Amino acid sequence: MTMPDPMAEIRASFFVECDELLEAMQDGLQAMEDGTDDAETIHVVFRAVHSIKGGAGAFGLEALVRFSHRYETVLDRVRSGDLGVEAGLLKHFFRAADHLSDLVRASRDEIKVPSGAGEAILAELNAHIGADVTPDEVEPEIEFQPTGLTLDLDVDLPPLNDPPRAPQFKICFTPDAEMFDTGNDVFPILRSVAALGACDIRCDTARVPALSDIVPETSYLSWTILLTSDVDEAEVASVFEFVEGLCKLRIERVAGSDTADAPPPPPLADEDVSRLPEPEADRPKIEQPPQRTAPAATKSVVRVDLDRIERLVNLVGELVINQAMLAQSLQSAGLSPHSNAMNGLEEFQRLTRDIQDSVMMIRAQPVKPLFQRMSRIVREASTAVNKDVRLITDGETTEVDKTVIERLADPLTHMIRNAVDHGLEPTHERLANGKAAQGHVTLSAAHRSGRVIIEVSDDGGGINRPRVLQVAMDKGLIPPDAVLSESEIDNLLFLPGFSTADTVSDLSGRGVGMDVVRTAIQSLGGRISITSTPDLGTTFSISLPLTLAVLDGMVIEVAGETLVLPLNVVAETVTLSASTLDAVQPGLDVVRVRGGLVPLFDLGYLLGYRARKDSYIDGVALLITHDDGSQGALVVDEIQDQRQVVIKGLDDTFYRAPGIAAATILGDGQIALILDPSDIIAQAGDPPHNRSQKTRMEA
Amino acid sequence: MNLEVLAVDDSRTMRDMIRLALEPAGFRVHTADDGVHGTEVLAGITPDVIITDINMPRMDGFGFIDAVRDQIGHRTTPILVLTTEAAPELKMRARAAGATGWIVKPFDPSKLVKALQMVAG
Repeated sequence: MTMPDPMAEIRASFFVECDELLEAMQDGLQAMEDGTDDAETIHVVFRAVHSIKGGAGAFGLEALVRFSHRYETVLDRVRSGDLGVEAGLLKHFFRAADHLSDLVRASRDEIKVPSGAGEAILAELNAHIGADVTPDEVEPEIEFQPTGLTLDLDVDLPPLNDPPRAPQFKICFTPDAEMFDTGNDVFPILRSVAALGACDIRCDTARVPALSDIVPETSYLSWTILLTSDVDEAEVASVFEFVEGLCKLRIERVAGSDTADAPPPPPLADEDVSRLPEPEADRPKIEQPPQRTAPAATKSVVRVDLDRIERLVNLVGELVINQAMLAQSLQSAGLSPHSNAMNGLEEFQRLTRDIQDSVMMIRAQPVKPLFQRMSRIVREASTAVNKDVRLITDGETTEVDKTVIERLADPLTHMIRNAVDHGLEPTHERLANGKAAQGHVTLSAAHRSGRVIIEVSDDGGGINRPRVLQVAMDKGLIPPDAVLSESEIDNLLFLPGFSTADTVSDLSGRGVGMDVVRTAIQSLGGRISITSTPDLGTTFSISLPLTLAVLDGMVIEVAGETLVLPLNVVAETVTLSASTLDAVQPGLDVVRVRGGLVPLFDLGYLLGYRARKDSYIDGVALLITHDDGSQGALVVDEIQDQRQVVIKGLDDTFYRAPGIAAATILGDGQIALILDPSDIIAQAGDPPHNRSQKTRMEA
Repeated sequence: MNLEVLAVDDSRTMRDMIRLALEPAGFRVHTADDGVHGTEVLAGITPDVIITDINMPRMDGFGFIDAVRDQIGHRTTPILVLTTEAAPELKMRARAAGATGWIVKPFDPSKLVKALQMVAG
């Protein structure tokens, strides 16, 4: 095919399909590991590998074809029931699946994969089916080479030195009745013969009985064809390939037929009842069917360059700003809120929001592929450190911005490795502590109050705080006389250059620490926090914004400054009165909210705009709910509005001020800072509520 | 020559390839994702020739061929089996089910066209 473009398109879509197939395969293997042993599950896995092989063959991806073919062979044995599924086999299936993913990826990026790893895995697989798969038996792979259509001829290829003159073939063809049952018919076959060269076709009707004796659906006719063509005998035979065994067929070379240009010999003795149209005239028509522009196929999937979506996202952002500006200027022009213009604008606002949601939906993807990659990390990591580890995933369908997913892969990989390597105790220790030998690492994702929460937790021994403290002191990260709370000790893990591993394992101790993880999460606008309980395990919790572009914000005023708070962290607004206010100690005020005490923070003071207020009575506070469920109240001067704002990142040229997440442009063109209230509260000091073992690391 | 083709394959890549091979050659291509879907699509069209994969979810190629041949209108509709399976016994099984012919993947587009014309005229 000389159509490079559509092929490239299909090639790309093949790899997209491969990803889906690999996912289905992983799911299937996972289900098998979880004890599912119905036939359909193994069928799904088999089909996935099979389809990958099929596509790979079409694109000449030989390494991929070779591996998937042999993988498929073993799967087929399970599918046919010859081979039982047991843990050892499954483990090898998983490894083969991982390798297959590697091969697919390598093929996509056109990278060479050293064959050693694949061979080792294949050897493991083959061990399960004994000596049944000898290299010889695997040889038919040759058929998957991209050499185009193989018609499976069992006929040997004739010598290449064809005689210079066009030879003649005499073909005697008598179809059996069964031939018609397979949908084959005489006419197309004869036409195909005619396409090979000039021919003289005669039908023998001698066997046709009298009408009264005719049995319907019985074959009475036979044909004799005299073909003049310089094709070889195999090609003539190939025309009859599909009917082989369903007819009586004799093909023979007519001796001494070097008179290609001579008219066909006189008719054979048979009655001439059938003659095909002039073969020569027919020929070009058959070989080159009329070209026509294929109508654009209706497709259910469109692949779009991410840059274009990015642009769309930005444009929608601008639209939101513009719309807000328009609203503001109409309002200041003194238009009644019930005027047609204002009503129209409201509709406009609704549409803008819909567009924005839709655009965000384009970019959102389930975290499942990411989680599946992590299950592989767990397998590899647990093998490397010789621990029995099971990964439990939850909330795989949670959808997150594509960019976020991509940029989460590295930090998550690191956290998972950490959990396996450092989080879980060695097996003998677990047994000594009365735990199951198999350690569990749980990876979960969920939407919570407008953010995405991703948690990595293990059921290991928890953070060894005395040791962490010791290491930090030894490394000079903290003064030797420092007195730290438990949460502060936990947070030492995030310090650059911190590593608790006594010996640098080749697994996670590569000088990449949790500080890198934290930086990566922060660059996504997220936060990471640790919760750890001795003997029960450790949980790392990542909290990410749903989108990177637009935010539902609450516009507030403090000391004459207009600021924006993410609406999703504001649980409610509280009017402060003498009866609800209390001071636990000087400088530490609390507000009573439904029977609970919530620490009160003066936003104007914390941001350095003004001195602490003397009295908060009659003031307004925003009740902030943190990702971990704890609360704090921020005192503000005025709540102005609630609206969507476009997040404009503050790049590195700005000082990274604590508590400031980003900036935005308001409707009147004014720039407002977007606050991170959790960070502000954390900066104000660890509040004295139920945080005995919880802490937060803030941006 | 404007043949109408129904291609049944669970692999999107394969369906795309078939479409790519056949549409420029003037075929009208309908596709279906598996045997069950194939019979549904078939209810609305009268293709000159059918191409089907063997390994498919829900209903495999053999089942699909059976289902097609059971319909009186499609007793002689040519069916080509398009599969990576090159084993002779699979071919025989396909033929026993009523397949007209077979093509081994990966296929060369021009030969696929030729094979289709060979069975469908």
